[in-house]
Amino acid sequence: MTILIIAEHDNNKLNPATLHAVTAAEKLGEVHVLVAGSHAQSVAEEAKHINGVAKILLADAEHYANGLAEEIAPLVVSIAKDYSHIAATATAFGKNLMPRIAASLDCPQVSDLTEVVDAHTFVRPIYAGNAFATVQSDDNQLVLTIRATAFDAAAATGGNAVVESIAAAPVQNLSRFVSRELTQSDRPELTQAKIIVSGGRALGSAEEFNRILMPLADKLNAAIGASRAAVDAGYAPNDYQVGQTGKVVAPELYFAIGISGAIQHLAGMQDSKVIVAINKDPDAPIFNVADYGLVADLFTAVPELTAALG
Amino acid sequence: MKALVAVKRVVDYNVKVRVKTDGSDVDIGNVKMSMNPFDEIAVEEAVRLKEAGKITEIVVVSLGVKQCEETLRTALAMGADRAVHVETDEKLEPLAVAKLLKAIADSEKPDLLLLGKQAIDDDANQTAQMLAALMNAPQGTFASKVVIGEGEVLLTREIDGGLETLALTLPAVISTDLRLNEPRYVKLPNIMQAKKKPLEKKTAAELGVDITPRLRQIKVAEPKTRTAGVKVESVAELVSKLKNEAKVI
Repeated sequence: MTILIIAEHDNNKLNPATLHAVTAAEKLGEVHVLVAGSHAQSVAEEAKHINGVAKILLADAEHYANGLAEEIAPLVVSIAKDYSHIAATATAFGKNLMPRIAASLDCPQVSDLTEVVDAHTFVRPIYAGNAFATVQSDDNQLVLTIRATAFDAAAATGGNAVVESIAAAPVQNLSRFVSRELTQSDRPELTQAKIIVSGGRALGSAEEFNRILMPLADKLNAAIGASRAAVDAGYAPNDYQVGQTGKVVAPELYFAIGISGAIQHLAGMQDSKVIVAINKDPDAPIFNVADYGLVADLFTAVPELTAALG
Repeated sequence: MKALVAVKRVVDYNVKVRVKTDGSDVDIGNVKMSMNPFDEIAVEEAVRLKEAGKITEIVVVSLGVKQCEETLRTALAMGADRAVHVETDEKLEPLAVAKLLKAIADSEKPDLLLLGKQAIDDDANQTAQMLAALMNAPQGTFASKVVIGEGEVLLTREIDGGLETLALTLPAVISTDLRLNEPRYVKLPNIMQAKKKPLEKKTAAELGVDITPRLRQIKVAEPKTRTAGVKVESVAELVSKLKNEAKVI
């Protein structure tokens, strides 16, 4: 069996999220990686060293520059017959692209899988992670998106895959890229961070969100996350949201500060190794999942914590 | 310009579902059901576009058991013009739903198709993309802003690092993210009015779509429960535990 993984990248560097998909795919058979991009040779060069990858397919064309699903899906469909599984990491990129490929091939998709049982059987969360379903398929081709936090990253070095250039598919011209506005941050990326400091509605304002959480995050070299309530209230940008409909994270250490712990939020962080909750409400549901809970006013406790870490 | 909006009846987002003791499925007998929150946002967006004069008619579609009629009535009360219900007791997978919606779109010929980005029961996040593929139409997933222009729609979408804007030719399929809008509450007179709006029934067989499930759910399990933690008394104790017990800092 051969598995095709669609690499996520910015034409320059490979997104490390892709490495987690390689680990999941290795359980199924030989792994090939498709790099579709524009002037993306450096990505192919990087991908060929991933441990466990046998072959890199490089499709280099102007219309792959922005990762548009309308353009990449026909390319994948054109080479799909050689593959039993077509997979990507369940990021915004993978979630957008993969169902388009699945429907074009008339094959089912297993979304956000957390466990590979065998080539036809997978485990995935449903109902905001309140249950885990084992699903099975008789189809001889499957599309998968893989939850990165459920699998270790494959080593970025040690591999020596062959790089093969493949022809681009015709331009579709259904959609056009206009602009991209990325949140500027020097912090570690949320889904890759070892420590996350996350804030909720109790912070009260964007100023307080930054004033209280930044020093703690700086001290721990942590990424900053937020609950949906904090994002909706405008305290933090959208892409900070941790939860069922935001990002799913599993860091070594997760600080939930002023977050009550709604099931939708827990769905995004309950696989963290150690969870610390700071909340003044002793009955907040977050304390049911926290390894260490501190019932205190965050406005005094967090600065005190930051100082104590000095 | 015509809009088609797909809505799903799901377990209310506030309900914490439990797994049945035999592990066959989650237990959703006697729990509150509602319109999927992302679909409410899709209906709201269509209604706002109609109020802004960009859209002339909103057709709302739901697929599933008889009670989906209630979900459709809610959408009608929010401002949709008429409803189509494809009634079936079969558990529908996203691919089957996309095929059914494609069949309806073939006859309705909408310019804009609005769906939620994911249903909060199966959390699949597939249907809109699959529908776009089947229609060979562009897709604007995870939309946080929709602006209708001449023959195209400008769409801002939520991506992992921030936001991106795309221009899509029409007809286009759009899936809504949380921050696209805040859905309105339906008022009693609108609920009464909605009862008089047309609701058409169809079957999968009439639409010529095979809805046989392609995935078998062979087991459903509770998530691994975390072992109960401890409450600490002070910041000093917390720091000491993190350093010496958990060894994470």
